[in-house]
Amino acid sequence: MDPKHYFMILIGTVLVNNIVLVKILGLCPFMGVSKKLEASIGMAAATAFVLTVGSMTSWTINHYLLEPFQLEYLRTLSFIVVIASVVQLTQMVMEKSFPVLYQMLGIFLPLITSNCAVLGVPLLNAQTSVNFIEAAFFGLGGALGFSMVLIMFASLRERLEAADVPTPFQGSAIAMVTAALMSLAFLGFSGLDKY
Amino acid sequence: MLTALYIMLGLAIVLGAVLGYAALKFKVEGDPLIARIDAILPQTQCGQCGYPGCKPYATAIANGEADINQCPPGGDEGVHALADLMGVEYKPLNEEHGETKPPAVAFIDEDTCIGCTLCIQACPVDAILGAAKHMHTIVASECTGCELCLPPCPVDCITMEPIEETPENWKWKYPTIPIKPVVKL
Repeated sequence: MDPKHYFMILIGTVLVNNIVLVKILGLCPFMGVSKKLEASIGMAAATAFVLTVGSMTSWTINHYLLEPFQLEYLRTLSFIVVIASVVQLTQMVMEKSFPVLYQMLGIFLPLITSNCAVLGVPLLNAQTSVNFIEAAFFGLGGALGFSMVLIMFASLRERLEAADVPTPFQGSAIAMVTAALMSLAFLGFSGLDKY
Repeated sequence: MLTALYIMLGLAIVLGAVLGYAALKFKVEGDPLIARIDAILPQTQCGQCGYPGCKPYATAIANGEADINQCPPGGDEGVHALADLMGVEYKPLNEEHGETKPPAVAFIDEDTCIGCTLCIQACPVDAILGAAKHMHTIVASECTGCELCLPPCPVDCITMEPIEETPENWKWKYPTIPIKPVVKL
C-alpha cells in the first residue's frame, strides 16, 4: 500500500489518539517513572520495543490461532501470556548481547509486563481488523506516542521541582494537574487525520 | 471448549520451551571467583567487613578492593581458606572489624519485648517473626548471629545466646600447632 497510509497511521496514533493522553492507557509508568528524565528515557525505550514486538506477535497469535477456531474470547489471556514471554525473552537476549543497555534499563524491563498500554494496543488492533504491517505500525505509533509523552512529562516534572507551587498542590497533586492539562492540549490534535 | 484448552496448552508449552531454550542459550556466566569466595564466607550478612553483605564483600575481594582479613565471623579458618583460594599470604584478622566470637543466636526476652518491629527491619536474613505491638520471636535455625538486631532494640530485650557444642554441630578444629618447614628455604 502507499506510504502515505502508514504515515497517517503514525500521525493518528502518536498525536491524535495518543495512547496515554487520549486513550488513557499506561498511566502507571506515566505517573510512576516520570520523576527523573533519564529513567523516563530508559522506560520509554524499553516500552517502545516491547510494544512494537508485542503487537506484532499478538496479531500473529490472533490471526492464525484464535480466529480460525472462533476463540476470540481467549484474546486477553493469550496476549498476556505472549507479552510476558516476549518481555522475558527480550530481557535474556539483552542481558547477553547488550549488557550496557541492560544495565541502564535493568528494573524497567520486567515492569513492562504489567503496563496496560502494552496489552491495550494489541487488543484494540484485534477489534479493528488490520493486516500485519498495519498492526506493526499501530504498535510503533503507540510506542512513539508513549515515549514522546513520557519524556515530555518527565521534563515538565523536573521543571516543576523548582517551581513555586502552593503547599496543597505540591508533589503528586500538581503532577496530576499537569497531566490533565497535557491531555487537554492533545485534544487539540483531534480531527487532524481527516485532512 | 477442548480446542481452547488445547490451544492454551500448546501456547504455554511452546512459549515455555522457547524461554527455557533461551535461558540456556543466553545464559550469562557470573564471575566464578566471586561465587567461590562467597562460598567460603560465613553468610552472616553482618556487615562487619564494611560491605553491606557477604556477596558484596566477595565481589570486593575478587576485584582486589578489599583485604581477606575483614571477616570476624569467619574467624581464622576463614582467612586461611581465603588465603589458599586467592593465593596470597595468610594474615591475622584485622581487629578494626571486630573479634571472632563463639557462634551464637539472638534470643528475645519475650516479657520485655514491646513489639516495635525495629529488630525485624534490621535482620538481614528475615529470621525474626512478629508484627507491630505483638511479641517478636527469633527463628533460631535461620539466625546467623550477626548481632545487627541488638542496637535498634529500644528496650534491650535481645541477648546473644552461644550455641552449645553438641556431637551434631562439632567440627574439626584448624590445627593450632604451627608446622615449621624442616629444610630452610
